[in-house]
Amino acid sequence: MTQSIAVQDLSVWFGRHQVLKNVSLYAKPKEVTALIGPSGCGKTTLLRCINRLHDLYSNATIHGKIMVGTENILGVNIDPVELRRRVGMIFQKPNPFPHLSIFENVAAGLRLHGLACGRAAAERVEACLRKAALWEEVKDSLDRPGIMLSGGQQQRLCIARALAIEPAVFLMDEPCASLDPVSTMRIEELIKELREDYTVIIVTHNMQQAARISQQTAFVLNGELVEAGPTAEMFIAAKDDRTEAYLTGQMG
Amino acid sequence: MAATKQTTRPQNGEGVFPYLTAAAAALILLLTGSILLVVLWGAWPAWQAFGPAFLATSVWDPVQNLYGAIPAVFGTLVTSLIALALAGPLGIGTAIFLSELAPPWLKKPASFTVELLAAVPSVVFGLWGLFVLAPWFRVGPGQFLETNLGFLPLFQGPSLGIGVLTAGLVLAMMILPTITAISREVIRAVPQELREAMFALGSTRWEMIAKVVLPTGKVGITGALLLGLGRSFGEAIAVTMVIGNANLIPSSLLAPAQTIASLIVNEFPEAFDLQLSALLLLGLLLFIITLAVNMIAVWLVQRTTQGIPSSQEKRPVKRRTLRRFFSNGQ
Repeated sequence: MTQSIAVQDLSVWFGRHQVLKNVSLYAKPKEVTALIGPSGCGKTTLLRCINRLHDLYSNATIHGKIMVGTENILGVNIDPVELRRRVGMIFQKPNPFPHLSIFENVAAGLRLHGLACGRAAAERVEACLRKAALWEEVKDSLDRPGIMLSGGQQQRLCIARALAIEPAVFLMDEPCASLDPVSTMRIEELIKELREDYTVIIVTHNMQQAARISQQTAFVLNGELVEAGPTAEMFIAAKDDRTEAYLTGQMG
Repeated sequence: MAATKQTTRPQNGEGVFPYLTAAAAALILLLTGSILLVVLWGAWPAWQAFGPAFLATSVWDPVQNLYGAIPAVFGTLVTSLIALALAGPLGIGTAIFLSELAPPWLKKPASFTVELLAAVPSVVFGLWGLFVLAPWFRVGPGQFLETNLGFLPLFQGPSLGIGVLTAGLVLAMMILPTITAISREVIRAVPQELREAMFALGSTRWEMIAKVVLPTGKVGITGALLLGLGRSFGEAIAVTMVIGNANLIPSSLLAPAQTIASLIVNEFPEAFDLQLSALLLLGLLLFIITLAVNMIAVWLVQRTTQGIPSSQEKRPVKRRTLRRFFSNGQ
């Protein structure tokens, strides 16, 4: 079940340092929203608010609303553990569990939530690996450790792992940052397919990537959302001079 | 001006310095080597007299000059295993708390307190064991075990206060900081992205610890336990003060016994001839066992902390922490 994500007036502080200032952003279902901006501008922070990973570190203060579907996930009655199950997250560096096999990496979420076991789990794992375009490469070595794979394969393994628990939305934090161009292309293809079923928000430093895969782009600068709009329009004619400067390589 | 001066600047000590440090390093090897040599030399008569049977004899009789290693080896193993069984879960639990659960303001003082325990001299642990723990144990837990579980061979006989179990308790206290600090380092070396990966799948903190932290750190934690074991094998003074020093295979955990180290402490000052040689042979045995356990332990700890396979850089265990626990108390 796909859900939209609406960030409303979000402000985040780490200690006394304000990282995000009154950010509002709407990510439509079945679209890819790309977050671009120079390093340290707050893109990743914004992304990590959406599955409340900041709750794990005690010095973060968060104000505002983030609506996933019709629910404010920053509300007091939201259990972040339950929320994270509905929000898939792909990290900058592939992070398969080193002590688990390829199969068990994908099954980790299923086992955690008791979603499937035995034959059902095996089917689910296969389906997710197929969807992540990894099945053909690993079907004969499911028992080997997940970390034996190449970087690009590891990242697809992580995508399969996230797919297994059927999240409503996908967050990706520079998923191709540590990958070579060929692996990057494969992940991008995959993101285009994911779009058909999920809301995707992706942080990227690669503006060509944003142009290739996203429908909406949001430009973040120094904790502020400068501009957000359809990717095609923004790349042809940015409304804000700062966006224009960033996109044409005169900044950042 | 500066350029011309530089060429004529006297190279103070540059020529001597490498030789001095090399000499210092060589001296350590020389000392270790000569200790081993002296022990081997001294143990030789006993080895000639008893041979491998030394390891299979349970008599220790200075009057008839008959010596066997079994009671001391048995006592060493049993007390150390008791210590490990008590301090292992406690130490690992503490390490998990300190690295995963403790609020930031508590982490430093709590870690420091645990490590302070490692700085307490052995003899102080011994005194505490003899004057505080033993009397309390005799009437408290010891009495309880004697009356309620006395029908088991394990807890037969009167509760004396001093004995195998008390020695195990004191040893547990002594190896607790080793196990805690090394486990904590191992756990800290588990990459943060793996924790976040599990959290992002919707796990609770406990699930994350049980399914990511402990399995990833398993090998290193085993190493931490072995380091603790190695330390308890060699501990002499504190054990001597509370174990009761009886050269027998103890009939129960409440009975007095002897470890290799406590036997050496007790008899070395008055030993001569074959008895002295037998003690040195025991010492050699302890040396070999402890060396082997420690080497395996360090290998396990370093394998985990330098090689937790992840794309992320590893945080190696601070050598300092390892060293601190090697130099301690022994």
